Amino acid sequence: MSLTDGSAVAETPETAAIQRRTGGAGANPLLMLIVAGMAAALASLGFVSVGPNRIVSGKPLALWSAVEPAFAVGLAMLILMLGLAALLRSGAWRDRLVSVVAALLLLASVATAGHAASLVAEASGPIARTSLGAAFWIIAAGSAFAFADAMGRMAPHPLAQVVVAAAMGGALAALAVSGALSDLSLAREFANRREAYGAEVLRHLALVGGALAGALPIGALLGVVALRRQAWRKPLFAVLNLIQTIPSIAIFGLLIGPLSTLSAWLPGLRSLGVGGIGAAPAIIALTLYGLLPTARGTFAGLAATPPAVIEAARGMGLDERQILWRVSIPLALPILIASLRLVVVQLVGLAVVAALIGAGGLGAFIFQGLGQTATDLILLGALSAIALALAADLALRSLGAALTPGASS
Amino acid sequence: MSRLLRLAGRPAVWVSGAFLLVLGALPYSAGLFGALFPDLPRPLYSRASFLDLALSHAALVGIATLVVVGVGIGVGIFVTRPVGRDFAGPIDTLTAVGQTFPPTAVLALAVPAMGYGGAPTVMALIVYGLLPVVSATIAGLNAVPRAPMQAADGIGLSPGGRLLKVELPLAAPVILSGVRTSVVLNIGTATIGSTVGALTLGSPIIEGLSGSNPAYVIQGAVLVGLFAVAADLWLDELERALT
Repeated sequence: MSLTDGSAVAETPETAAIQRRTGGAGANPLLMLIVAGMAAALASLGFVSVGPNRIVSGKPLALWSAVEPAFAVGLAMLILMLGLAALLRSGAWRDRLVSVVAALLLLASVATAGHAASLVAEASGPIARTSLGAAFWIIAAGSAFAFADAMGRMAPHPLAQVVVAAAMGGALAALAVSGALSDLSLAREFANRREAYGAEVLRHLALVGGALAGALPIGALLGVVALRRQAWRKPLFAVLNLIQTIPSIAIFGLLIGPLSTLSAWLPGLRSLGVGGIGAAPAIIALTLYGLLPTARGTFAGLAATPPAVIEAARGMGLDERQILWRVSIPLALPILIASLRLVVVQLVGLAVVAALIGAGGLGAFIFQGLGQTATDLILLGALSAIALALAADLALRSLGAALTPGASS
Repeated sequence: MSRLLRLAGRPAVWVSGAFLLVLGALPYSAGLFGALFPDLPRPLYSRASFLDLALSHAALVGIATLVVVGVGIGVGIFVTRPVGRDFAGPIDTLTAVGQTFPPTAVLALAVPAMGYGGAPTVMALIVYGLLPVVSATIAGLNAVPRAPMQAADGIGLSPGGRLLKVELPLAAPVILSGVRTSVVLNIGTATIGSTVGALTLGSPIIEGLSGSNPAYVIQGAVLVGLFAVAADLWLDELERALT
């Protein structure tokens, strides 16, 4: 990156942000597009799809045929309200209105899909499966995005974002617990595996936790080495980058052989008939992947300590060790937490692949679903993995904000 | 000529050479793997030729990359123009949130939408690969210093001319680093694409894992590892040539 004119570089994004805040005084064109997309989806695509059993793919059923007119009209009214909100002049109260309507629309579309599934179950018996249709996904994704965008414009404190995210999650959980969704195919897949689900979530977390226990201390040490020994810096990062470049499944696979004698045999899910070798190669591979972002973050964070501050600390009689722990690390904390967030999110994603070598985790549901062509089992695993990554991201974002005095966003 | 000689000393050339060497030698290595794994009745992957696997893998990533570069840079340009300013914030949100999604989850979600095979794999590669390219294009264009922009306006360049002759060339290294991230990620995700029915260098790995055939796993893993590292190094060369 060329940094010929430092001041201009610092200025441009800032002015862009200011323009973004004050510039678009009119309507919200993106939101209008989203609402138009939702309306088109409702008119042309199935809201749910109904199949005779869990394997055979279902036939799309439009919202109007899936539920009573009152429900359909209610959902359409919410979409209309979101469209009207998009026409308003931009401002904090428009963002508030959009976030409330979008949140209601998201919850209402989920509840309506659950209701449609109950109607199908009444009419066609318990073996029939009701899956979520294309129109549902477009409305759900569109309203989630409109909600996130409106929240982003209001720029609440990250801790407030956690509260809002928890409230949304809680509302969805309350819908699920109330039984309103239990006839959806996704909920049936969950109900059939209630115990395995909890175990796989814990195993997923254990894989990530085990890898962090290795990657954080080793990566931090390598970051400090890169800072202190300039000659080692380039080859060190070249090697760590090489590891990140190799596809995860290749590293997982190559570690199986050497480690098969060491790893404990786990009766993991034989999704694709995968011969399970266990958690040991998975945790080692994930540890290797975690080294680069950890080392890079540690290096960048510590290198960012202003030399004058270090001079002052030295002048006060602190030795190198004390400078590191009492000056550099506290100053580097925001960068360190940000790279911890990158590491955790990446490892949560990579741990999905670990199911292929029998290490379990949420990937087990995905690959089992792919092997059985059971769409809703794939969804159960994939959506859970996404939710876990988003939750980790949000939690560490707010931790970073809480530990950074005076920062907002 | 001297440029070619200098290139011959580059790791990108060695690793590509090693990849081609392994690709060419593997079909004749049944004896070697038979000796290494005497218990295996079939020590060499034979469902498809390694050349076909490599070509199919490269085609999946190549098609996705073409779309990703075209659309990703286009979106990045659009939201940094006055007409697209309104979209800058939401696109920012979208790329930030999208990048926390596990790539394998995105791949798996393409199956309910598109069925099994190469198509859902390319779809997932496009969707996931767009994110780093869009954010790198925005970052690169936003980081163009003010002085050359004013100079471009001063000599009477139109906004389009300024974009093509000043902004994009200055932002090119940053954009290319986003493309590099995208390609490397996608080579890895395409490997997992074998689980949704795409033909890739991951196919021997997945089949070796499910059939307890460590020889297949090694054959696929070595090839795909060399392939990914070679692609990464070539894009690194390109990035350096542009800086």
